[in-house]
Amino acid sequence: MSTTAIQGSPKLVSKCPSGPMSERWDKHRFDLKLVNPANRRKYHVLVVGTGLAGASAAASLAEMGYRVTVLCIHDSPRRAHSIAAQGGINAAKNYPNDGDSIRRLFYDTVKGGDYRAREANVYRLAQVSNSIIDQCVAQGVPFARDYGGLLDNRSFGGAQVARTFYARGQTGQQLLIGAYHALMRQVGLGKVALFPRREMLDLVVVDGVARGVVARELTGGAIESYAADAVLLCTGGYGNVFFLSTNAKFSNATAIWRAHKRGALFGNPCFTQIHPTCIPVSGSYQSKLTLMSESLRNDGRVWVPKSKGDRRSPDQIPEADRDYYLERLYPSFGNLVPRDIASRRAKEMVDEGRGVGETAMAVYLDFRDAIQRDGAPKIREKYGNLFQMYERITADDPYHVPMRIYPAVHYTMGGLWVDYNLESTIPGLFVLGEANFSDHGANRLGASALMQGLADGYFVIPATIASHLAGRKLPKVTTDHAQFKQVEGEVQARLRRLLAIDGRRSADDLHRDLGLAMWEHCGMGRSDAGLSKGLAKIRALRSEFWENLRVLGQGEELNRELEKAGRVADFMELAELMVLDAQYRKESCGGHFRVEYQTEEGEALRDDANFCHVAAWEHTEEGGAMRWNLHQEPLSFEEVKLTQRSYK
Amino acid sequence: MSGGHDHHSGGLNLTLHVWRQKDAQAEGRFETYALQGISEHCSFLEMLDQLNEQLLREGRDPVAFDHDCREGICGSCGVVINGQAHGPDRETATCQLHMRRFHDGDTIYVEPFRAKAFPIQRDLVVDRSAFDRIVSKGGFVSVNTGAPQDANGLPVPKENADLAMDAASCIGCGACVAACPNAAAMLFVGAKISHLGLLPQGAPERRRRVLAMVEQMDRDGFGNCGNIYECEAACPKSISVENIARLNREYIVASACERPAVERIGD
Repeated sequence: MSTTAIQGSPKLVSKCPSGPMSERWDKHRFDLKLVNPANRRKYHVLVVGTGLAGASAAASLAEMGYRVTVLCIHDSPRRAHSIAAQGGINAAKNYPNDGDSIRRLFYDTVKGGDYRAREANVYRLAQVSNSIIDQCVAQGVPFARDYGGLLDNRSFGGAQVARTFYARGQTGQQLLIGAYHALMRQVGLGKVALFPRREMLDLVVVDGVARGVVARELTGGAIESYAADAVLLCTGGYGNVFFLSTNAKFSNATAIWRAHKRGALFGNPCFTQIHPTCIPVSGSYQSKLTLMSESLRNDGRVWVPKSKGDRRSPDQIPEADRDYYLERLYPSFGNLVPRDIASRRAKEMVDEGRGVGETAMAVYLDFRDAIQRDGAPKIREKYGNLFQMYERITADDPYHVPMRIYPAVHYTMGGLWVDYNLESTIPGLFVLGEANFSDHGANRLGASALMQGLADGYFVIPATIASHLAGRKLPKVTTDHAQFKQVEGEVQARLRRLLAIDGRRSADDLHRDLGLAMWEHCGMGRSDAGLSKGLAKIRALRSEFWENLRVLGQGEELNRELEKAGRVADFMELAELMVLDAQYRKESCGGHFRVEYQTEEGEALRDDANFCHVAAWEHTEEGGAMRWNLHQEPLSFEEVKLTQRSYK
Repeated sequence: MSGGHDHHSGGLNLTLHVWRQKDAQAEGRFETYALQGISEHCSFLEMLDQLNEQLLREGRDPVAFDHDCREGICGSCGVVINGQAHGPDRETATCQLHMRRFHDGDTIYVEPFRAKAFPIQRDLVVDRSAFDRIVSKGGFVSVNTGAPQDANGLPVPKENADLAMDAASCIGCGACVAACPNAAAMLFVGAKISHLGLLPQGAPERRRRVLAMVEQMDRDGFGNCGNIYECEAACPKSISVENIARLNREYIVASACERPAVERIGD
């Protein structure tokens, strides 16, 4: 495809404040308009999604006095996928006195993201990180504590300071429960109207401003409209485009994709994080992949046999025949290199024919030496629940047999483009958490996703939403407006079309093929030729989808196949944009690895002269086919000098 | 991720009796299905996925069931398997149960969680919003987003923090209710009362919280604890029945000390 880029696009005004980095957020908040407390109840905010970003935003806005409506795809807001995060949440508290600071967390995050994030956003994230911990503790989040009763920290994912707060292996659940409690308190007080089992199927834009959504009630199939003065999408990432990922089954791209098709630009869609420590695929029935917390790499040693095709069982492979390749290649970081590097190296070992296990699609994560050094009880205390989870899934005991791990899709750094206020290119449409293209650049560091979701919801949006509510004229719009009727009609027509295909293959079956094509051509190692092949496969699959899909039943009932079909239809389109973006970005950075662009040592080779920007794609249609215009937001690095990342 | 293969020999042949019910109003019944060649390495839900693929091929309605994370933390899934909520394995949610637990030729009964407070919506899907209603009445600390004190300004004895964490690990799946002959929600409510009550942050609202939550629990039609402890046995997170004892103690103290009318809390 030939791409004409619009550099420094007028559509992409970041609204980043100027001045000293450490004062920008403060200055910006002072410059923002305010809505006075008595007027807040006049404004109606619609929040879609109840993960960390959505629940924290909805609760905080309701506490301030706004009228809030919340849509939730699950039966309860507490089930959103934030709940599955195991490891922890970063903050620059420096409680351990090991040299951490807001500046260091900012620096590590910019560098970890391989210089593809906005500096001012990342600095703000590091600044509010400390308030997040205070807020969560005040809510009763039971973080780990030491015997003095104070909070415990650990180091995580390549950080050289201990800045990660955690709650056993379920930090995500505890933080989400904190936000969920705050949300349910507002529901109980009548300040939030909560609608569970609702799936947003389209965005309604009136006179260029986002004024609501059309959703489907999932138990009876009714199509419903919700009008508001501002719409917040907090609907998570799109890793499930790969079918197999660590994401939950409900996690999908429909909300952001529909908004994209209504005019919201999509930023860096190809930036995908592939997590190095997941339980490998065991069979074709596999429905999802399970993450093993990255904290395991603190004590486990990663290795494969030195020679290809060595099929001996691990206990029969002597030390001399093992290759502890991360320790060999990265003597100073060893097994703790960032996620993108650990993942890519594992793939290389498997591609060389040195993979292990029955499928030869795995590497070992071995605790033998740690158990010899510290004793099994110590290891059990640290990782007992993870070892148990591993054994339950694989029937192997990691105390005696090394774990088999392999990378899996985990997080998407790309998402809808937003300015410093978290507002998309559609006025009145705000995007929070993983759903936006966010603060993680081309690679997210461990324990930073929870931080970003809560920063957006608790502290950023409560301040920035006023820029829209107080700054624009918002004539009263109700769901009787013609535009709502129009969109409802379009949603109904799409559902009818899915039901009418009457083909032979299930949505899951087609989705699985899409995932394989994406994994093969737009996964850990991407090449121009491979991406072209991937694009052809995606287009062929999309055609087959619309000819050969089978959905039984009706729209007016609980119909899981119909729900899945709608999501897969959108994944089939998003996949194409991801491939185009990956093909366009002729450099390697973070999780985006183009095999043509690497250093002699096989590390990602950025091209700062040509690609130090956000690629934001505008959807258009041409003769019924999807086309995209590319807009660029240049990134400048004033505080953290652009250098080649090195973890040697 | 790609290129996986089924490394089982032949797999399991199973007879399934699955509860089918069109919607909340319709009458339900068991339907019987034969499944062949199920890998012992797949999870119980992946077995149901394969049943649904088979039904779809045959032009029959797939079985609706709730599920999401499939790693035992979201609490969405949950069915009664051969009479046991979440099936035969202790500390295991349905999604984490694997087919190696079963044998070739087994007959398996699959039913929804049954309780008056959890109306069936379709097949194996039930409505557990009663739990959210209980939480909305008092299952929180009334603190607005803002600038609370420094997180380390309030030390919590490690023993209390650990006990609170034990209780907070509840995933809200509702297996405790399904397993209880009285369909009581006291393990769920007890866990919430313990989590918040054991921490200094939750102390100011202790009494009002327990009264308000129990009142809503009764209003939603949950039963009372009969000390049978099936709830703890079915709980995928092994929440202890000690939490029910704590709930009872807190309730008695609160009933004796508070004015009878429960004020709306959270303001």
